[in-house]
Amino acid sequence: MNREDFEIFKQDPSLIYFDNGATTQKPKVVVDSIVDYYTKYTANAHRGDYDISLKVDMAYEGVRDKVKELIHNKKSKEIVFTSGATASINMIVFGFMKYHLTSGDEVLITKSEHASNILPWIDLAKEMGIIVRYIPLENHLVTIENVEKMVNERTKVISLAQVTNVLGDERPIEKIGKLCKENGIYFVVDGSQSVPHMEIDVQKLNIDFLAFSAHKMLGPTGVGVLYGREELLENLKPTSLGGGMNATFDSEGRIEYKSLPSRLEAGTPNIAGVIGLGSAIDYLLKVGLNNIHRHEVELKKYAIQKLEKIPNIVIYNKDIENGMIAFNIDKVFSQDTAVYLNHYHICVRAGNHCAKILKEDIQVKNTCRISFYLYNTKEEIDELVRVLEQSEDIFKIVL
Amino acid sequence: MDPNVRRQILLDNYQHPTGHGLKEDSSYIKINTNNESCIDNLDIMYKIKDGRIEDICFDGEACAISTSATSIMIQKLIGKNKEEAQRILDNYEAMLDEREYDKELLEELNAYDEIYKQPNRKKCALLPFESLRKIINKL
Ligand SMILES: Cc1ncc(COP(=O)(O)O)c(C=O)c1O
Repeated sequence: MNREDFEIFKQDPSLIYFDNGATTQKPKVVVDSIVDYYTKYTANAHRGDYDISLKVDMAYEGVRDKVKELIHNKKSKEIVFTSGATASINMIVFGFMKYHLTSGDEVLITKSEHASNILPWIDLAKEMGIIVRYIPLENHLVTIENVEKMVNERTKVISLAQVTNVLGDERPIEKIGKLCKENGIYFVVDGSQSVPHMEIDVQKLNIDFLAFSAHKMLGPTGVGVLYGREELLENLKPTSLGGGMNATFDSEGRIEYKSLPSRLEAGTPNIAGVIGLGSAIDYLLKVGLNNIHRHEVELKKYAIQKLEKIPNIVIYNKDIENGMIAFNIDKVFSQDTAVYLNHYHICVRAGNHCAKILKEDIQVKNTCRISFYLYNTKEEIDELVRVLEQSEDIFKIVL
Repeated sequence: MDPNVRRQILLDNYQHPTGHGLKEDSSYIKINTNNESCIDNLDIMYKIKDGRIEDICFDGEACAISTSATSIMIQKLIGKNKEEAQRILDNYEAMLDEREYDKELLEELNAYDEIYKQPNRKKCALLPFESLRKIINKL
């Protein structure tokens, strides 16, 4: 789909990019929107009274509205721009949870979360004695039954990726959201791997906090989003202080913060990045997230059907309906496979995908991961299959 | 080095590495080498006696480059004292950094003489030697 919109494939027609879980390529319109800002109306935001500065404000704040629509929210002020999903989650943990949890409170996560949704919690646990508990996985998956079993009167937070970056499995977010609502539990959702690939409605799903990154959804690096319900964001203590977020202060130490969302965006923001994100959202909505999802699922089905026929290929997430394939060549270390595929210009990710403790659960520690996006094609899969079929030569290539 | 000879050395050492398998022996010093940029994860155990490396063994999950390098390193280091081990380490690093080095001293380790062309794999080739760096002062 829409491959012609991406300059990189014109520059390098032989490139087969299958690492969209890590980051995605950028369509020309997104790049152009950033260049436009830098060449036609560079100015700071929220500052000047001159024309181009106002234009920047309109563009920057306009993106907030676009994000609001993307996640089907009602209020733009519940959208905060950050430097990425990692920064968003850290703000939730160290700006909000730190002041709203007490020693002994329990946070439920899983072992297949990304490091950015594990390490902040572990750190906070060490600092203040909250308890991090891992929801047991059922065949690698989160089930509502297992979540229910883990919930007790001390459970204060459930923090989960809507879609994981390891196997691409989707969690029953709507049911968990309902459970959280009924039990007064904060529900934090890591949308890094879901927002780029599917429709999401934060209201319907009862999500309290949502984090995601622009660069995984055709946008630039260094920009992300923190969504939070207004009454929660109102009580999120700014973890970064400086210009743009204070209303007044004096030498006696009296500080008054601005209202939301400016309060949580200290310093000159990544204006170009936010503008690029806006352009990426326009693009995604025009193509249609449902169409993208359907395309990815179809590509996976096509690929699995062919990969299954290759005797020494082991696939770990065959039956999960999404655009991600975790596999290994039997008896070959995943990194060697990735280096081998790179020889044919096929980009895949080898490793544990920042989910290091998952290895305690699934017996394989490292896998190769293919993650599709809209511009991937069946022809690319045919090439992958061709290369994997002749992989008995792998060490001739990688050594 | 001739590419076919190189490949054969690496492949033999990857598929049948020397010193594979950890020992339940408390006289060994165990070091975990976690490669910063990639995913290889090796435990390497050294037995030191009278200022010499008496034995080395290892286990873990790692790519062909770091596994084979561990195997060859083990062959090279057993029986060596501090000065000898240091000289191998220095020359090996020099080779990976494209500096002057003693080719004869390194023998089969010359199989990594072109690894500098793949910067992401240089770390793999260095991985076992990180553990040597940590124990060398105990010699
Ligand atoms: C599930 C998940 N969460 C969080 C992140 C972190 O995103 P970023 O590195 O853009 O902050 C990633 C990215 O790899 C991810 O896949």
